[in-house]
Amino acid sequence: MKNTKHFLHRRTFLAGLAAGVALPSVLGISGGKAFAQAATPVAGGTVTTVGWPGPTYLNAAITTAGPESFLSPKFFDGLCGYDFGMIPKPALAVSWETSEDGLKTTFKLRDGVKWHDGQPFTAKDVAFTFMQVIKVHHGRGRSLFADLQTVETPDDLTAVFVFGRPAPAMMKALDGRESPILPAHIYEGTNILENPANTKPIGTGAYKLTSYERGANVVMEKNPEYWDTGKPYLDQLIIQYVQDPATRSAMFESGQCDIVYLNFLPPLDILRLAKEPGFEMDQRGYETSASSQQMDFNLEREHFKDKRVRQAIAHALDLNWINENIWHGFGKPGASPLHHEQKEFYTTEGVPSYPFDFKKAEALLDEAGYPRGANGVRFEMMIDPTPYGDESLTVGEYMREQLRQIGITAKLRSEDYAVFIKRCWTERDFDVCIYTAAMGADPTIGVQRFYWSKNIKKGVAFSNGSTYSNPEVDALLEASQVELDPVKRKEQFVKFQQLVMADLPTLPICETTRATIAHKKVKDYTVDALGGALGNMANCWVEA
Amino acid sequence: MSTLDPVAGVTAQKRGRLTRFVTGPLPRYVLRRLSQAILVMLLVVIGSFILVKSAPGDLVDVIGGNSDMTAETMELLRQQYGLDQPSYIQLFHYMIKLATFDLGYSPLNAAPVLDVILGRLPVTAILVVVSVTISMSIGTVLGVISARNVGKPVDLGLSILMLMFYATPSFVIAIAFILFFSVFWNLLPIAGFATVGTRATGLMYAWDVAKHLVMPVGALCTFYIAIYGRIGRAAMLEVLKLDYVRTARAKGISERRVIYVHALRNAMLPLVTMAGLQVSSLVGGAVLIETIFGLPGMGRTAFDAVSERDANLLLGVLFISSLSVVVVNFIIDMIYMVLDPRVELA
Repeated sequence: MKNTKHFLHRRTFLAGLAAGVALPSVLGISGGKAFAQAATPVAGGTVTTVGWPGPTYLNAAITTAGPESFLSPKFFDGLCGYDFGMIPKPALAVSWETSEDGLKTTFKLRDGVKWHDGQPFTAKDVAFTFMQVIKVHHGRGRSLFADLQTVETPDDLTAVFVFGRPAPAMMKALDGRESPILPAHIYEGTNILENPANTKPIGTGAYKLTSYERGANVVMEKNPEYWDTGKPYLDQLIIQYVQDPATRSAMFESGQCDIVYLNFLPPLDILRLAKEPGFEMDQRGYETSASSQQMDFNLEREHFKDKRVRQAIAHALDLNWINENIWHGFGKPGASPLHHEQKEFYTTEGVPSYPFDFKKAEALLDEAGYPRGANGVRFEMMIDPTPYGDESLTVGEYMREQLRQIGITAKLRSEDYAVFIKRCWTERDFDVCIYTAAMGADPTIGVQRFYWSKNIKKGVAFSNGSTYSNPEVDALLEASQVELDPVKRKEQFVKFQQLVMADLPTLPICETTRATIAHKKVKDYTVDALGGALGNMANCWVEA
Repeated sequence: MSTLDPVAGVTAQKRGRLTRFVTGPLPRYVLRRLSQAILVMLLVVIGSFILVKSAPGDLVDVIGGNSDMTAETMELLRQQYGLDQPSYIQLFHYMIKLATFDLGYSPLNAAPVLDVILGRLPVTAILVVVSVTISMSIGTVLGVISARNVGKPVDLGLSILMLMFYATPSFVIAIAFILFFSVFWNLLPIAGFATVGTRATGLMYAWDVAKHLVMPVGALCTFYIAIYGRIGRAAMLEVLKLDYVRTARAKGISERRVIYVHALRNAMLPLVTMAGLQVSSLVGGAVLIETIFGLPGMGRTAFDAVSERDANLLLGVLFISSLSVVVVNFIIDMIYMVLDPRVELA
């Protein structure tokens, strides 16, 4: 295992150099590489991790928020897990089959699975979860499973999903984070959002809840009756919620916490510690949580109605510089509306790009009818960066300086999260806004929302905020929602990427990547596409 | 209501002791303080309600932004939480519930506000009590030592030390503590209130909590040690010049007794005032220290409630904090009376 990892590091390092990037990017890692296990797992022990903020609920069937996404897969299983490369593998479902027309998917369920309270798990739970919970309360599931008409349960161990239209993206959204299966006997007939089980989870998952101190910590213990016999190896899994990243670093460095996921340490600390002998960094295991930093142009504003102005601004920004200096190499310069983790569909071929070039930028602005005035200024604009994390603010500061050099006077506005969201998506009182958002396991799940004209929704954060509307793009997105042929679906997304990057309603800034940093004694924390953060941590063990 | 007028005094004597107590100065004083307290808390609640409501964006915007909600779901949530109604009606509903001591529900915690606060109050309470006790005792002792050695090298040394304590922000001290005691020497746990996941009880648990509190309490104390030290020194110098101290010395009482019994009692008055201020500011104001040491206390709860626009939670925290400030001030007044019988309830 050690060797493989070192090999991977070297490879990514070289790849990085080739791209003119000094630090590893995630490309080249993952892929369905078989992992030779260097040592036999030992049962027992405790692993402590840190995060922030604390959760509202302890399951992710009713919210898509980050803290729940981490916790849910430990308590709950999905129908499937995912191997590297997002290849579905059995979890609560042992096999599945989709009919030729794509309208029926039959899941054979695992026999003998028990809920934490001892009740048997059956197809009824699956039907209940999808029809009453995911379809109704899950932010992404609501649209993804919109065409799910019913879940038939011919017997206790068979669940048949019946769709009105095919939903090919569905097969990437069946894990314990995206679609955790809830116990029907606990939730049926109750107010689902206020069910006390939301904070006292009863799942089928590898861990049971020991204690939960709101805003402070969650303690989980091994589920001895877990269906994956012998697992989980750990006796106890603890997550502590600590707001200050520097405190998290100190905890990790002094051994008061064993592993940190999702870049919860400051990037420079991750890079520094990764070089030390006692720690290792792993960038795999975040395939379902790809997120990108991007900038919406408000197309209702006069200046930005002209795409040459948008393109000029793109030319003024050195995305490589941003990736290296603001994201510290934890990403790739934005080149597509998709994220490079969406490997099946991602492309840069034939996709317009906007290399850093002040002259080009100025020429485009002249052409668009915004010449420099007497004072050298073409026009003024406002930048609204999200206050969530520092990176958007820093990009805003960088951008202000770059724009000054092409004759645009930009001002930066900082505001708190609620104000930011209200301003950009409800009041629409912004010129450009910068934020980092999840791109989803599939473009239909995560990317479509920014570009589909039917998703111009006032008041809904991270919808189509630029108010971009292109019938051709709409047609492609709508076709890809139901396209069963992977080749055709890829073609649709390729065309989509080409069109959108030419129109540039939203500028992709950085396709960010994540890192896990762990004490070397912690083993097998990332064994598949979901990793330890969004997977069940059943394979993780600690060296005695 | 300082002294009883003669007529009332006579009638009071005729009644029993209990009646005398009830009509006496203390209960009337308590009643008056109580009505003041209610007024103060009303102002706090209404004021902060108006402030949090006048900030753009509401709770549902925050929840929606965190979890991909549709416009319809957000509208439903707004109805459920009553956020679709005009602010003054929301305030009215809130006040009605408050009158029955119902602090409402905190959607982001998926729990009643009272539960959230009760989970956090002990952390803050212990932090405040321990910090006040430690900083006040150390500060007083240092102040007395300074005053007794005024002008000597000891005084100078202590003054420099206190100036350093006074000038160094608590978060800098906190970070320095973490660096030395945890990262370099690995002696103390950094975050939380107790070791998570162990089921220690009794003395072991107390020891565990103590270890967790050393650094946060230390960081909270330094500034106040300096304050108490400076005030204590000045007050002591003032008192030592007074006639009664000279008289005490003239009577041949030992210097130790003169200082610690006769002089200190009077010199304590400004220190007690300071303690009241310290408690008030720590109850809601230890945000930085709570953040650095990952302590889920009241300060951080209020801070998060503001940025999440969780009005119920914010108002609940402010209500409870102002309540405790009022109670503490009352206790401080009582201590004044004990320390200096000349102080009367007014």
